Amino acid sequence: MLVTLPILVPLVASAACLALWGRARVQQVFAVLTTVCMVGVAVALLNRVWADGPQTAALGGWAAPFGITLIADLLGAVMVLLTAIVGLAVAVFSIGGTTPARAAHGHAALVLAMLGAISGAFVSGDLFNIYVWFELMLLSSFVLLTLGGERAQLEGAIKYVTLNLLSSMVFLAGVGLVYASTGTLNLADLALRLDALDDPRRATALAAPLLVAFAIKAAAFPLFFWLPASYHTPPPVVSALFAGLLTKVGVYSLIRVTTLVFDQERALIADAVLITAGLTMLSGVLGAMSQNDVRRILSFHIVSQIGYMLMGLGIALHATARGDAGAPTETAVLALAGAVFYIIHHIVVKTNLFLIAGAIQAERGTGDLDRLGGMVRTHPFLAGLFLFSALSLAGIPVLSGFWAKVVLVRAGLEAGTYLIVGVSLAVSLLTLFSMMKIWTRAFWGEPAKTNVPPPGAAWTRLGPIVGLASVTLAIAIGAPWVFDFAVRAAETALDPTAYIEAVLPGRMQPGGEP
Amino acid sequence: MNSVIFRSSTHVLLPFMLTLSVVVLLRGHNEPGGGFVGGLLAASAFALHAMAFGHRSARERLRVDPRVLIGVGLLIASASGLPALVMGQEYLEGLWLSMTPPGFTEPLKIGTPLAFDIGVYLLVLGAAFLMIVSLEEYRHDADAVG
Repeated sequence: MLVTLPILVPLVASAACLALWGRARVQQVFAVLTTVCMVGVAVALLNRVWADGPQTAALGGWAAPFGITLIADLLGAVMVLLTAIVGLAVAVFSIGGTTPARAAHGHAALVLAMLGAISGAFVSGDLFNIYVWFELMLLSSFVLLTLGGERAQLEGAIKYVTLNLLSSMVFLAGVGLVYASTGTLNLADLALRLDALDDPRRATALAAPLLVAFAIKAAAFPLFFWLPASYHTPPPVVSALFAGLLTKVGVYSLIRVTTLVFDQERALIADAVLITAGLTMLSGVLGAMSQNDVRRILSFHIVSQIGYMLMGLGIALHATARGDAGAPTETAVLALAGAVFYIIHHIVVKTNLFLIAGAIQAERGTGDLDRLGGMVRTHPFLAGLFLFSALSLAGIPVLSGFWAKVVLVRAGLEAGTYLIVGVSLAVSLLTLFSMMKIWTRAFWGEPAKTNVPPPGAAWTRLGPIVGLASVTLAIAIGAPWVFDFAVRAAETALDPTAYIEAVLPGRMQPGGEP
Repeated sequence: MNSVIFRSSTHVLLPFMLTLSVVVLLRGHNEPGGGFVGGLLAASAFALHAMAFGHRSARERLRVDPRVLIGVGLLIASASGLPALVMGQEYLEGLWLSMTPPGFTEPLKIGTPLAFDIGVYLLVLGAAFLMIVSLEEYRHDADAVG
């Protein structure tokens, strides 16, 4: 029952917002209350999964593999919690961060629908359902992106929607192929049936379109340019929501299918993932260096950081490919734990940096570095929050990003993948350079002259930023605990026995008919 | 459209089509029909009205904002799964009440899937109506500008 709530709460609330059409203020308050509920549900779910193992639900009472299966393991449950936290921050920021016209045209309903779709993708135990949630995500994000209909918005949205539709098409084709070859789309059932295929290369061939589709969604090299082309165009609060969550759904799906379903030829997939990871990191960070707008710089850094997550996944696959089948090797667990740690840290910090960019824009009316400056004197508090988040992102020691990167680098050294470790360290340095560029140009120097009217209700902007910064601080201080958690999440992800047993009880016995 | 025949027949057809849409909705669970088809039928009835009398008149005829219909429909459909959840069953599992009113020989069954279908009916009606009317309004705006 608990597994259905992360989808149900935001979707029902979204419908209620539609039913309250025309009452924008009520909708916004309602959205905040809903996201508070979501955080509560997510904490309860995570707690239950931690204590009792994966939680499942079969919608309508139709048992797996025939019905729609929902399942939350540790990885899924923590993603649901992060979704709820980002949702809460965005809902509060929206109160002051959206124009009245935008709020009147369904901003709150769309945000809630998108949160529901994202949570749905995280707890879905069925390939076709993941596709449905992806589509709902794409639809609501597309409308959020184009509401207002300014020229720049439409231009970004066209690139966004074209590439994402391409990804959906490839995804759907892949789903069709998988169904034709195996007769099932239930992930757990699929994991068993693919292992029974006569030739493991067939499974890898089936994996190819799905991996490409997820990689596009994750904004991995080479098809990442939809992201920097579109993320700076909508209002900052919308880009914060996108930046925090959308690409991570792609990364999550990649982790899910490569560890659970397509584990027949891990060595091959590991190489592909590692090469993609390195190129994604490099192209993202190099793209950021040539940019001159706060949100554009941050957008390119999302791409670069997706590379780190893929690096963790790649090393994990590489390490299990070398070890024999069965229990995952320690290095593999360490690497995937690094990826999980990185995702947890990244979602919080990245959302916060985009919200800070939104606060800068609200105070100064622009995000262009050439027209900013001196904010450390006019807005010292905001400057401090930015510095903290930016340094966390770059991975300065004892801040949250540092721990994530330490784990990844250590796993990479243990696995002997020295090239990717070298690339990741270089990219880290360049990230610091980019963050310092924003710092020196926006916060230091002479205050630029502005004629922006003083924006009202500063607490709706500063509240979420302070909240997310405290979560970042908590991740840094509680790093050992977060790491222990990530290790356990990685262990359960890499050893799918518990997952399959939860969905299809009794099917995992040796000699059982797959 | 400026045709007396069309307008008069619309007056006759509208209540007929709306009644038919409800019949299709109700027979849906075990026979062809259901909320989706019923909603489309109802929306086409209003589309007919919009063609005969203009989209403003159709909006007045519908009385509620189509977006509210979408929201309420979604709410009813998603709420129809909740009783099962409260009873300790899975979300959306069908619950049925069976009773034999006086004068009936067969028991009358009523259940949560019907509520789901009603929700879908309203949702489809609202969405299809909104699409038709928006296209119509867009054309009129373009005409006004051009």
